Amino acid sequence: MATEFVARGSNLDLVGIRKEFPGFTAIDDLDLHIPAGEFFALLGPSGCGKTTTLRLVAGLEEPTAGQILIGGKDVSHTKPHERPVNTVFQSYALFPHMSVIENVAFGLKQRKIADPLKRASEALDLVQLGHLAARRPQQLSGGQQQRVALARALVNRPSLLLLDEPLGALDLKLRREMQIELKAIQIEVGLTFLHVTHDQEEAMDMADTVAVMNKGHIEQMGAPEKLYDRPKTLFVSKFLGQSNLFIGKIVETSANSLSIDVVGYKISVPKDRAEKHTGKIAIGVRPEKADLVQAKPTENSSENFIGPGEVKDIRFTGVSNQFLVDVPNIGLVTVFEQNEGNSTVKLGDQVWISWKVEHSFGLADLPADTLDED
Amino acid sequence: MAFAAFGHSGGSKSDFKTPRKTSVKVAMALLIPGMLYLGLFFITPLVSLVVTSLEVPDGSGEIGRYAYGFEISNYWAVIETYWPHIARSFFYALMATILGLLISYPLAYFIGVKARRWPILQGLMLTLVIAPFFISFLLRTFAWKQMFANESLIVTTLQSWGVLAPDQYLVGTDFMVIFGLTYNFIPFMTLPLYTSLERLDIRLLEAGSDLYANPAKVFARVTLPLSMPGIISGTLMTFIPIAGDYVNASSQFLGSSETAMIGNVVEANFLKINDYPSASALSVLLMAAILALVTFYVRRSGTEDLL
Repeated sequence: MATEFVARGSNLDLVGIRKEFPGFTAIDDLDLHIPAGEFFALLGPSGCGKTTTLRLVAGLEEPTAGQILIGGKDVSHTKPHERPVNTVFQSYALFPHMSVIENVAFGLKQRKIADPLKRASEALDLVQLGHLAARRPQQLSGGQQQRVALARALVNRPSLLLLDEPLGALDLKLRREMQIELKAIQIEVGLTFLHVTHDQEEAMDMADTVAVMNKGHIEQMGAPEKLYDRPKTLFVSKFLGQSNLFIGKIVETSANSLSIDVVGYKISVPKDRAEKHTGKIAIGVRPEKADLVQAKPTENSSENFIGPGEVKDIRFTGVSNQFLVDVPNIGLVTVFEQNEGNSTVKLGDQVWISWKVEHSFGLADLPADTLDED
Repeated sequence: MAFAAFGHSGGSKSDFKTPRKTSVKVAMALLIPGMLYLGLFFITPLVSLVVTSLEVPDGSGEIGRYAYGFEISNYWAVIETYWPHIARSFFYALMATILGLLISYPLAYFIGVKARRWPILQGLMLTLVIAPFFISFLLRTFAWKQMFANESLIVTTLQSWGVLAPDQYLVGTDFMVIFGLTYNFIPFMTLPLYTSLERLDIRLLEAGSDLYANPAKVFARVTLPLSMPGIISGTLMTFIPIAGDYVNASSQFLGSSETAMIGNVVEANFLKINDYPSASALSVLLMAAILALVTFYVRRSGTEDLL
């Protein structure tokens, strides 16, 4: 069965794409290259232009400027039905007047491919819904409808499969199950997947490459681990996971690192992990990379520390304990500690926060409210 | 069963499955006025009509005097005499329904789908569709008669262009009657079509084009089947009244003796020659024929699950 769905993925290239709607610009000069066979996620908050990007690729919108190339072929001005792409819609958009199998066979019939019903039932088997072929979509649960929508798109073996928040309407447990299934299917069929989502966990979990989108442009792109480890902008550091940020002027520069002064504390970042080397910079650290220490640490060049601060809140999440520490003149700092059963820190305790310099990252931009003051 | 096409059938059974006893009583009490009304003004005349259709002349030799009888042959007699009128009625009704559908569908599609972004335009166009109702349809039909009258600008122009022969006119022709019927019943076609197209999910059309269907195929495979409930109720709401219409085809309006429909024959038999049994038999026949056609139509179209 799997041989029916051989790898036929194509590259997708967006060159200088711009999309204007009356009154606003949804996408501003977007360049993107997605290699064949990759699971690519466009991640961003609602209104960032990610769904518009997807609709442009599908042909449901026309770009104001720029080119869309699928497998090297310019399809910018072709109609949706002429493009070798298929979409799994957020609303699933299953035809209510057709049975499940007719829904899945629809694309094959339009292209006059032999044995549409046989291929459609194979695709339904792939998503484990072969036994529901005769039902109407309205008679299925949300998760089942989602899988029918997936089968309806996959059965056409498109060069490029577009997924528009396809898991958004499912509950958490089902969503996690479908993520695993979707990833397994992508590996099995070897198609190029372009997945649009606002769920950062979903994007990081499934995608080979994640592009974080904000206000119509791509902020940063890369493998999920890299993006998480080394966010380059304020937006990425906040949207993809959580970050503690410290803002200050660079006061000291050595061969490998630079340091800022934050109300008397010296916070350093390796030069190759900082986006700028002069002026004011925001240095961040992920909450799980920081440690709580109950005695003042001794100064050394490989660690940053601030404190003492008061533990304001402790949240127990099972896997970890999440501490909110109020450091005078700096504000609240979040620290996650693995739940190893030996935490002695209590609410109201005075603690120091320390982390390795190599875990710091320096951002290219500053929060809006710090820009004007100097 | 034919009337199921007008309502949301199917759900009603389960809705009334487990009401408490008191609510059943209340429902019954609320039904009484309607039942009484229907009994008095629908069932009674209907029975009277059937009884009249079987009556025989009372033997006094006076016109319009009939006695109770059981003369089934009245039906054969009217079919034999008036079959051209019966056939003409259904032909006119079919033509006007098809024309009405062809005119109303694009109109309803534009109002219900394309104009969604401009609610004011949508409201304005809907108002225009029903605006003719503000004027009596007799007046409007009469106005058409004036416009297409023998010495009217339209007819003389068409004659000068050679479209019509010098002695050829429009009023009194099949064309004129079908034109009038189509015109008068367009709102009854447009409104049900609009109601069903207005709910059409655009995303389904996008899904269709995403799945390699060109615009014509998307229309045939997605838009048309999904708007079937509107098409069914629209065509029924025009076909049924048109088949029984007697205004447009009457020689006082757009027709002539050549265009008389069943309604005109019934009128003539009841009011002019006082042949009550024939008029009644024709009325019963018309009703039965429409009921049979509509039942067959709704069964065939098989859209029950979309209603």
